[in-house]
Amino acid sequence: MAGVDDLAKALESTPGGGVILTSIDAIADWARGYSLWMMPMGTACCAMELIAASFSKFDFDRHGSIPRPDPRHTDVMVVAGTITHKMAPAVKRLWAQMPDPKWCIAMGNCAVSGGIFYYDTYSVVRGVDEFLPVDIYIAGCPPRPESLQDAILRLREKVRAESISPSRVRAVEGVLPLPGDPLRGETDDAAPEGSDA
Amino acid sequence: MIEPQDTPTDQAAPVAPDLDCAPDVVMPEVIHEGDTTIVNIGPSHPSTHGVCRVIVELDGEIVKHAEPVIGHLHRGIEKMAENRTYLQVVPLTDRLDYVGSMYANWAYCRAVERLAGIRVPERAEYIRVIVCELQRIASHMMAIGPAGADTGATSAFMYTFWQRELVVDLFESLCGARLTYNYVRPGGVSFDLPDGWIEKCREFVAQHPAAMLEIDRFLFGNVIFRARTKGIGVLDADDAVSWGASGPVARGSGVDWDLRRDDPYSVYPRFDFSIPVGSNGDVYDRTRVRLWEAIESCRIISQALDGLAEFEPGTIKADGMPRLLAPRPGDAYDHIESARGSLGVYLVSDGSVRPYRMKVRSPAFSNLALLPLVSEGYTLSDLVVILGSLDPVFGEVDR
Repeated sequence: MAGVDDLAKALESTPGGGVILTSIDAIADWARGYSLWMMPMGTACCAMELIAASFSKFDFDRHGSIPRPDPRHTDVMVVAGTITHKMAPAVKRLWAQMPDPKWCIAMGNCAVSGGIFYYDTYSVVRGVDEFLPVDIYIAGCPPRPESLQDAILRLREKVRAESISPSRVRAVEGVLPLPGDPLRGETDDAAPEGSDA
Repeated sequence: MIEPQDTPTDQAAPVAPDLDCAPDVVMPEVIHEGDTTIVNIGPSHPSTHGVCRVIVELDGEIVKHAEPVIGHLHRGIEKMAENRTYLQVVPLTDRLDYVGSMYANWAYCRAVERLAGIRVPERAEYIRVIVCELQRIASHMMAIGPAGADTGATSAFMYTFWQRELVVDLFESLCGARLTYNYVRPGGVSFDLPDGWIEKCREFVAQHPAAMLEIDRFLFGNVIFRARTKGIGVLDADDAVSWGASGPVARGSGVDWDLRRDDPYSVYPRFDFSIPVGSNGDVYDRTRVRLWEAIESCRIISQALDGLAEFEPGTIKADGMPRLLAPRPGDAYDHIESARGSLGVYLVSDGSVRPYRMKVRSPAFSNLALLPLVSEGYTLSDLVVILGSLDPVFGEVDR
């Protein structure tokens, strides 16, 4: 990624380079947002709903989101299920094997906070955000596949606001109207500089 | 009844684990002579059907020894039960066998009922039989489909998963949850059947056997599937008995043992059904036994739906159930035939409102222990199929 960052910084400081950069961003974000391949880190009950999401009735392929068991093929890790202290190093290692840019969805109460296993147990990590940078949280025990679908669409909106330059934040019109979403911030009132919305 | 200091408090979370360390390297106990390779599979691997780690010792492509390493989903449910009242434990049992939540509910509730001497209304027993046979179908769909997927026939998974979705829809209209039902409670069930549910259930039961026969034809008749599963992972009947196997794994080996018939519980003696039994003890027989069990379950459900009409709607809970159960000091064990085998729950009461000890006899655990025995001498690609045919659910294995 260092090469891409250097290129992006050079473009930003060049007169007229911003136009090229926003064009590249638009293409990159379009491609990233519509092919969010999942690393199904399914450990427990939520894994059943993660499987259900890929099959009839829900069919996530139509969102361009297909589960791939190899972390090196994937963009978003869906942590579905309880993460125990014994499992956590393996999850962390799989996360490290995923190529940048990568995102993380914490699916279900266990991955969000430990859920029903928050109290009185000695072996459960209280939320996967203790060691992973989580982008989207889905509540539920287990959440319905529709919730996962909603998370994928929200994540797409977040991905579309990113730039290949780490110092640059883009504001674009989201695919979903989400009033009060912190992601959208003040973009409704005044678009920040560099916005191509 | 509960002293304030007895209630579970917001205790400090334990010290965060050292997540930088690599998982412990566990070597197999037996290292064979000669030029062998150690291969690690899992704990996150698409073919392990959960978070199981298998350490395989290979001679070329032949498995010399396969050692399952379990505990990656150990959540301490048995220990947590000691800090919950009897009713509060029911949601925990949902998370034991998450492919068949109703079974753990029922096994636990039967143990509580035996401990406290509760008599369950017959209508509730009929409803329990119906939901548990539906659950058996849903659970077996998750065993037959992956058996096809493991051998390369992914479309079979699509067909079986659709049947499972139909069952899940029925459960959803029954209790609102798709997966963790919390439906069977001590003394009865939580809700009576909603309007129109019996008709929907009859529709499902009417179409299910035909769907199963279709899968029987295009999956079990498929020449590749037969070549990949016949004569693979053979388990003798004697070994099945001595290793404590139960359920379809034992019946696939020709052990004619089913608690529904051999240790009858609930209202099962009133129904006419047969127990499918295999003969060869290979992956093919184990998987096909599941398919025929699903068809037999439809027969049981039809008879139970007919029998349900005799009882007055609404009588689904035992009379005089206290808000907090405090059984007399003592212990109780009860077991039922789950989709994976005989699932037992042992409860010890010290007279308080919480169980003193809960122990789950998990069929998935006993069946998974067979893996080193049944996979020895087969190839690495067969190991995946054999592991799938044992149908482990790691919530129940690790508890």
